[in-house]
Amino acid sequence: MNINSNKYTYVFAVVMVVLVATLLSIAATSLKPFQDKNVELEKKSDILRSIGIEGEDVESLFDQYIQEQLVIQNGEAIESEITAFDIDMASAVALAADKRQVPLFKAAVEGNTYYVLPVRGKGLWGPIWGYVALKGDGNTILGATFGHKTETPGLGAEIATPIFQDQFPGKKLFTTTYEGIEVRKGDASGDQQVDGISGGTITSVGVQDMISDCLKPYKSYLMSIADAALVPAVQLAPIVDSTLITAAL
Amino acid sequence: MSNEQKPAQEGLFSKKNRRLLIDPMNANNPVTVQVLGICSALAITVKLKPAIVMGLSVIVVTTMANLITSLMRNMIPNRIRIIVQLVVVAALVILVDQVLKAFVYDVSKQLSVFVGLIITNCIIMGRIEAFSLGNTPWKSVLDGLGNGAAYGGILIIVAFFRELLGNGTLLDYPVVEWMGLYDVGYKNNGMMLLPPMALIVVAMIIWVQRAKTPSLIEKD
Repeated sequence: MNINSNKYTYVFAVVMVVLVATLLSIAATSLKPFQDKNVELEKKSDILRSIGIEGEDVESLFDQYIQEQLVIQNGEAIESEITAFDIDMASAVALAADKRQVPLFKAAVEGNTYYVLPVRGKGLWGPIWGYVALKGDGNTILGATFGHKTETPGLGAEIATPIFQDQFPGKKLFTTTYEGIEVRKGDASGDQQVDGISGGTITSVGVQDMISDCLKPYKSYLMSIADAALVPAVQLAPIVDSTLITAAL
Repeated sequence: MSNEQKPAQEGLFSKKNRRLLIDPMNANNPVTVQVLGICSALAITVKLKPAIVMGLSVIVVTTMANLITSLMRNMIPNRIRIIVQLVVVAALVILVDQVLKAFVYDVSKQLSVFVGLIITNCIIMGRIEAFSLGNTPWKSVLDGLGNGAAYGGILIIVAFFRELLGNGTLLDYPVVEWMGLYDVGYKNNGMMLLPPMALIVVAMIIWVQRAKTPSLIEKD
């Protein structure tokens, strides 16, 4: 047989392509469950990391600490067909803020309640994402973790390092003047400010925009938590006053 | 190159076959002598673990690609042989990528696009075109193993120095801290983590190798 004839060449090419395609689809299908599991574990470990919990057995730690998974739309917890964990943030943030259904993870660690909200936005080259964990008042940041797909190593990619992330704990998301976290150049001593990354300005601004944009659907929900957390203090004030008055009398 | 006309009675590890395996390690090293595959040598040698996984992946791909093309060498139509080689290599690389994603997810994330770029690693196409298309499967396997291992070896040497000097760790184990060097004022050299330092380390390896191997020194 002439292996250089046109006919043979065509047949060879077709057979080869079909064989390779079959082989690859079998491999991809049979490995898919393992790969999905890895993605799920990574997501769980990211969520846990934002509330300061790290460990080997991510699965059981997640079940232990994450008490509730809510779906939030327009500041209210709603019933949804899709579970909070399975919400794809990439397609959620593409919608207008009031149409989004976004997850909120409620964690309980040593008697404290924490709230974890996912954020997602644009960096310089591609998507950036992360988790922001809030303390029980729904305002003060407990911790934040960020990830990115293709930011410049050493510059924008630094958002995924502790140097950047360690600035977030203790900062506040809401004040009367601003909602979100301002990523700025130079002095960042304010309650809502963190120092951006030199040479990574566009990524830094991306983080700032991402946080303020992703906050929107949660705003009134978090506000109501904040108010609830304030209630005892508000009640306390008159009592103190009246005792003072009684004492004065 | 072709040894096909030789009588079939040749030991599996005859001197000639052993040379196929050992030559790439030194006198014909694909990275330091032929200067191939440099791109990935720069990119994934910041830490030892990804370098090891990358080395293993390339060994698997070169060996398998050499074996498969060698088995098919009398069936491949000459006019589409480069395409056939590419399909074989690409299929193998996709398989490796999928397996890494399934079983060593964190490493596969660090390697990211570079697993896919194994396809473009000149060493692999070079070995197929230059060797396995004209040699028997066993010889091709040895040649693939030798070249893959030589590439992986260089990656590991480079990654060893970069992780140790740049990060103070080896396989994430804090060696420098353990030796107590930080207490006497030692500092990690952050520059080792940047890509240019990989090139400089590779250059130093080439320097040492040439100094030790007279046959590699060019006469001027």
